[in-house]
Amino acid sequence: MTASRTMLEIHALEKRFDQTEVLKNIDLKVGEGELVFVIGPSGSGKSTMLRCCNRLEEPTSGAIMIDRERITDIPRRDLDRMRLKVGMVFQGFHLYPHMSVLKNVMLAQVKALGRSKPEAQARALDMLDQVGLKHKADAKPAELSGGQQQRVAIARALALDPKVMLFDEPTSALDPELVGSVLKVMKELREKGMTMLVVSHEMAFAREAADRVVFMDGGYVIEQGPPDELFGNPKSDRLKAFLSRVSGNEAA
Amino acid sequence: MEAFLDTFFNIDIMLQALPLLLKGAVVTLKLCAVVIVLGLCGGLMLALGALSPRRWLRWSSIVYIDLFRAVPPLVLLVFVYSGLPFAGIRLSPFVAVVIAFFLNNSAYFAEVFRAGITSVPKGQSEAARATGLSPVQCMGYIVLPQAVRNVLPDLLSNTVEVVKLTSLASVVSLSELLYSANMARSVTYNSSPLVMAAILYLAVLWPLVRVISRYQRGLAVN
Repeated sequence: MTASRTMLEIHALEKRFDQTEVLKNIDLKVGEGELVFVIGPSGSGKSTMLRCCNRLEEPTSGAIMIDRERITDIPRRDLDRMRLKVGMVFQGFHLYPHMSVLKNVMLAQVKALGRSKPEAQARALDMLDQVGLKHKADAKPAELSGGQQQRVAIARALALDPKVMLFDEPTSALDPELVGSVLKVMKELREKGMTMLVVSHEMAFAREAADRVVFMDGGYVIEQGPPDELFGNPKSDRLKAFLSRVSGNEAA
Repeated sequence: MEAFLDTFFNIDIMLQALPLLLKGAVVTLKLCAVVIVLGLCGGLMLALGALSPRRWLRWSSIVYIDLFRAVPPLVLLVFVYSGLPFAGIRLSPFVAVVIAFFLNNSAYFAEVFRAGITSVPKGQSEAARATGLSPVQCMGYIVLPQAVRNVLPDLLSNTVEVVKLTSLASVVSLSELLYSANMARSVTYNSSPLVMAAILYLAVLWPLVRVISRYQRGLAVN
């Protein structure tokens, strides 16, 4: 654990869909500037946990603090202000298909953050430059590759100056040869000191770039620690089984 | 042949009836404009209501939509114009037609809008909300533009139906296009004015129907 202050803290988080318990007593901390990776089999509750962090999913109980604000206490109608501080990147990109790339990155800046149009445009071009897609500003999302779309989605979130970035399987929908370009952008973000919570299956990237790795299974956090420790010396049987399954897949 | 042309395509009678028919056409256009604009607005509101998380709003919208899609528009019209006076509510033909067709049309437009809104992937609104856009902004900037584009052919088809529907207004003696043509027929004792009315409807609606077909084929290709 780094000595920096905590940017995101999840405490005793529970989530139930009707009778099904999806998250059970989750505790997790992400320090400022940390990159924390969440791994685990599908259905383990990783994405649900991530979606609770900007209240796209409503926690059943427990608390989540972001930048020392208890976001689980915010009334529903005041969520928009909180969401400006939490950027989110989805597996399916979800760019707005009826707007140009530039408009995609400008919209929330103008409508939610209240920036002027010239200001928002300058910022959008800056962000697009950062993800290497300034030259695609006037293109429509459908004209871009999956990797390019995901980088625009990252720029769209970054343009709002969030305190934390949430990544929900950002490379799972991409062709293998396009994954690298997105991971590169994420690595640059980390170097700039962005706080990131990433749900992903990119084990090699986790090993290389993550400060900490969290293993979830069946709605519980089973194990967490530095990547070397978690991958090199897994303690629980469930993590061992998971890692051997995953490496088996990678070999195949 | 001579008799046929004389009965259905009598140029003299057509020219004679033309001013009356044009007057009727103007009434039809006015009626269409009012009914279509109100129907679109009402339909959109109803669709939003039918998709609302508030239970009472959702159910009352759905009941309204189902009810007025099931009642024949002519029954509605006769009820509003001839039935309501028994309760002391006496309406001019134009107002009665507007009310009856609004009730019918808003329900149809609501179904189209609802289909359009539900056709937009949930990820779109989630992405919009995640960037701090409010529910109203999300609907206005992200969901509705895509929804309308997805159901544009259906919206246009429905509009064509509205234009045709307005001819029913002749039963409450509103002097729209059909009523005027029928009037001219009874005065001239010749069917040519009716043929001319049909041609006028055709002249307006045929291009529209063509556009819809082409658009739908375009969608199928893409």
